[in-house]
Amino acid sequence: MILAAQAAAEAPGFLSPSGVEIAFLLVGLVTLGAAVVTVTTRQLVHAALWLVVALGGLAVEYLLLTAEFIAWVQVLIYVGSVVVLLLFGLMLTKAPIGRSPDADSGNRPVALGVALAAAVALVWVVVDAFRTTWIDLDGAVQGSTEVTGATLFKHWVLPFEALSVLLLAALVGAIVLSRKKEQAR
Amino acid sequence: MNDALDVAVRLVIVFGLFLVLPLVVGQTEHKVMAHMQGRLGPMYAGGFHGWAQLVADGVKFAQKEDVVPKDADRRVFQLAPAVALLPYLLVLLAIPIGPGEGAVGQVIDAGIFFVLAVMGVGVLGSLMAGWASANKFSLLGGLRTAAQLLAYELPMLLAAASVAMAAGTVSLPGILNAFEWWWLPWQIVGAIVFFVAGLAELQRPPFDMPVADSEIIFGAYTEYTGLRFALFLLAEYAGIVVLCGLTTVLFLGGWHGPFGGDGLGWVWTLLKTAVLAFVVIWLRVTYPRLREDQLQKLAWTTLVPLALAQIALTGIVKVAIQ
Repeated sequence: MILAAQAAAEAPGFLSPSGVEIAFLLVGLVTLGAAVVTVTTRQLVHAALWLVVALGGLAVEYLLLTAEFIAWVQVLIYVGSVVVLLLFGLMLTKAPIGRSPDADSGNRPVALGVALAAAVALVWVVVDAFRTTWIDLDGAVQGSTEVTGATLFKHWVLPFEALSVLLLAALVGAIVLSRKKEQAR
Repeated sequence: MNDALDVAVRLVIVFGLFLVLPLVVGQTEHKVMAHMQGRLGPMYAGGFHGWAQLVADGVKFAQKEDVVPKDADRRVFQLAPAVALLPYLLVLLAIPIGPGEGAVGQVIDAGIFFVLAVMGVGVLGSLMAGWASANKFSLLGGLRTAAQLLAYELPMLLAAASVAMAAGTVSLPGILNAFEWWWLPWQIVGAIVFFVAGLAELQRPPFDMPVADSEIIFGAYTEYTGLRFALFLLAEYAGIVVLCGLTTVLFLGGWHGPFGGDGLGWVWTLLKTAVLAFVVIWLRVTYPRLREDQLQKLAWTTLVPLALAQIALTGIVKVAIQ
């Protein structure tokens, strides 16, 4: 009896969420909403700006999961660079103020199917991997820069190096592509 | 209760600094520029050497009509100044001005990443303004802003990474605790790269191609009037304060000084920041505007290699002294 009660007190339940969990859920809803608006809006630049909200919401989620370093890198790379690149590209096109009539294509149902399948797969993997893992918010920070760095370079060195080779290949590819054009002139 | 009070006091102090320091820099710019050009600058507002000129300017801006062009994207247009200004307020929270936990708004574990990430967000404000104004000059300004940011973000990050390597930490107070005087010559190249790239990110002369008033009429801000225009200007000066403060903390040793370390640390920080701000103004008066191709060339063929060389040097010295 007592043991069972203790176990119940130690394992946090879904019915009495803490403040952080409620915040996590609300930010998640905002992120999801912003992401849905991003892909459904017919105003191109608004889509890019909603993407900022979605990516920022994701950064806040990382923060709530105590992964501070990942959160700031998320803001730095995605909001600071990728979205700026996106907006730069959009400004080079004729993206009008107001709705673009041709922003939709016939691929809509296919895209929806792919998105749902990807979402189901990802949610299933994450739920299955972390079933009953809870972060201890009172103890040492589990996602600090130091811990993240140590994990990355102790346990995940090979994937990290493989990724860097992949990025290098992409970089070389980009240079090759841009040089070819110059010769054609 | 005590905790809440502590947080509130810190926020109020940082907010006060955020409102006062940019105005001080602005006023200094008026006077320094004037004297460098053989003029007197503002002399009447407030009586003593025109000290209240910017306050008067603020009142003037507040009285002007707030115009939104008919074809503009209303909400994005109105939101842009806030997006441009607020990041600098957040960054100011993380800059330590003295030793110890009491002299920083908020200790952040990944401080360098925080400040660089949030500063990058501020540029979104200019992009939003440039696109939403429905004006070709604004659009050109927005385009140039984006191109400039993409070019100069990389060397800035690399230079900051070099300091983080030297200190073995990415927290700003941690970097200051590890600082030694000989870092100054060791990191000097990184410091120059960081400062120059920061100037470019703020679009200060000689990197003011995106706002070039004589060709594209202040770029992204062409259509702005009244208070919203004033907010963009405030963002520029807050950016100068933040950039000079960051350069001070990362490369010039922040509160470390030849004497009076503990009690007078904050004086050293402010002094170094002020000297750097003076340099920013000095550069504006001295150099002509760089052309767009010169801008890109400077970033990609000079600053990026220099920053990479600095990182290599940092790594070699770091391994050698261990």
